[in-house]
Amino acid sequence: MRIAILSDVHANREAFDVVLEAARERGTDQLVLLGDLVGYGPDPVYVVEKAADLVDQGALCIMGNHDEAVALNRGDMTENARVASRWTRERLAPVHVDFLARLPLSLQSEDRLYVHASAERPGKWLYIRDVDAADRCLSSSKSRFIFCGHTHIPALYYALPGRRPIYFKPLDNVAVPFSILSRHLVIVGAVGQPRDGNPAACFALVDTERHEVSMIRVPYDHEETARKIAAFGLPAWLGMRLKIGR
Amino acid sequence: MQRFEPGAIIDGFELVEKLPSGGMAELWRATSQQFDFPLVLKFPFLDPGGDVSVILGFEMEELILKRLSGPHVPRFAASGSLARIPYIAMEFVAGRSLAGVIRDAPQAPDEVARIGAEIAKALAALHRQKVVHLDLKPENVILAERAAVLLDFGLARHAELPDLLGAESSVPMGSAAYISPEQVLGERGDPASDLFALGCILYKLATGEEPFGRPATFAGMKRRLYHAPKAPREINGAIPRWLEAIILRCMEVDRSDRYVDAAHVLSDLRNPDQVVVTRRHRVGHTGAWAAIRNLFRKPDDKSLVGRSKSSKLEAGPSIVLAAVDLANGSDALASEVLNETAHVLASREDSWLACVTVLKTEIIGDAPTADESGRSAYLKRLVALKDWARPLHLPEDRISYHVLEAVSPADAILNYAEHNDVGHIVVGARASSAIRRHLGSVSTKVVARALCSVSVVRLKAIEEQKR
Repeated sequence: MRIAILSDVHANREAFDVVLEAARERGTDQLVLLGDLVGYGPDPVYVVEKAADLVDQGALCIMGNHDEAVALNRGDMTENARVASRWTRERLAPVHVDFLARLPLSLQSEDRLYVHASAERPGKWLYIRDVDAADRCLSSSKSRFIFCGHTHIPALYYALPGRRPIYFKPLDNVAVPFSILSRHLVIVGAVGQPRDGNPAACFALVDTERHEVSMIRVPYDHEETARKIAAFGLPAWLGMRLKIGR
Repeated sequence: MQRFEPGAIIDGFELVEKLPSGGMAELWRATSQQFDFPLVLKFPFLDPGGDVSVILGFEMEELILKRLSGPHVPRFAASGSLARIPYIAMEFVAGRSLAGVIRDAPQAPDEVARIGAEIAKALAALHRQKVVHLDLKPENVILAERAAVLLDFGLARHAELPDLLGAESSVPMGSAAYISPEQVLGERGDPASDLFALGCILYKLATGEEPFGRPATFAGMKRRLYHAPKAPREINGAIPRWLEAIILRCMEVDRSDRYVDAAHVLSDLRNPDQVVVTRRHRVGHTGAWAAIRNLFRKPDDKSLVGRSKSSKLEAGPSIVLAAVDLANGSDALASEVLNETAHVLASREDSWLACVTVLKTEIIGDAPTADESGRSAYLKRLVALKDWARPLHLPEDRISYHVLEAVSPADAILNYAEHNDVGHIVVGARASSAIRRHLGSVSTKVVARALCSVSVVRLKAIEEQKR
């Protein structure tokens, strides 16, 4: 089975569309939306409606911190995120907000756990940026595979029983094998706002027969997204960072 | 632990006979309807509660072997799951084990160079596939009819795979006799480590002795960072200087002083007359003054082994072959070939240039150098070739000159390129003519059959010629 995992779409219609197309072309059997559908980007309505359609067709979808912030009208975020969140809330109809509010914090499917930030207290939105945080996430669950997003930077951690996790930086479009002996934490890069220096949209493709995962990169028209960000009067940095992938 | 018997069938493989096996795994000849090549099954010794690194080594070997191809590795056939019966089924490679050959060391220098070149070629092919072996030793090399074949990738490292094994262990992994200084310090992943091991193998082949013995302790292995082994010619005066120079350059403690890659070792072993023997040798700090100085100087181990150069390897070809036609002296096309060669060389500051020109003979077996006039033609061409390359101002250890005698220039160029693992060929093409179209030009044939990139240089046609 092939599973396409999309995280941190952040209301980026252009990136979302090309990634869905790329996932379809690769013969995906299961689609997972790993949270943060909205926030930062200029097309929240489009992305939420599209996500709702996909869920109707069998896709899994969980909540991210930006989805929560919009749904609960919370403002404890960075300045840019808060501005974008408030703007997003104004654009969305109650039905969209309701969709976001009902998303679960995590989902388990067979031996795979999906959670936006970390399996360690999912609602606290902790960042996994080092081996210690990865270790805490891994020890909070018994699943063989944990998939997270949130950092916008792809990473892989291999956890051998009783040992500290081993970090590996996955290469773009190169399949990385899972270990028979390990549990795994896969940090999926961002669809709508990559921050690893490569502006191309990122999603994870898992092949359960071949026991491997690939971080697929798909270039998209980020200039169009940035143009809309500017046209809507959203903070300029949100458009600039799409261009440089930071 | 599972016991296997001849005749047992595992996943469609029938076990035939047990082969002499090492301490990590049991090896069995096997047959299967599914594969049209001879097979061997490798069963790792996995004791419950045993060392996890054995299982990791098994897993990594399977992952790496699956990704490798070519004549220098056994073909991967299948593998059995850890949950049931773990094994790797692969091609059985017939041939002489280097372990057997090395027992008869010292060997004649030509034989050492021949074997060394075979191994260097295998390493070049392996490194090109982004794999470093990290346990190169005679037991892991089969001199098969088709090529030298490398075995046992249980400690190997693939640049695109996580190094589960390296993170697992804090003790150096490798064989005490051949392990490189940087591996002793725990670094895994530099192709230069395999060149160090190759140097140790050549040392043993040429002298009959292992350069560092087989220390059993970490401190013993670490000695190679500070103490140079005896120079090969001190042990065996029959070793030519060029061979000693090659061996010692492979065995430099500082990786940045070793050969840049296996193709360069191959090239030197195949062209002894082009080896620069005046290179500075690592001088052991001997004498009272040095001893006192060493007392006060606490060298940092990491700085001794230098920095890895492997990131450079992707910048461009490591060996460039420039094929230039000097039959009618150095003309406009020859100088254009020179310009293009300079461009290709510029992508890497450590690339080597092999300058090749072909002295055409009319019939096979007619060697022009056989008589006096032939020899003078050869020397004249060599002088012309050196003069042609002079504007590049390359130091002598980056350039070599080859006047090849052949009926077919294209075949000579292709043969040289393949033999020396050339990464890029620059060749000139004359303007089109009826005869060339009919017979096929040298450059056309080179482009069609080369195993690497080829730049074809042609003078921009003048309007009136086109008509």
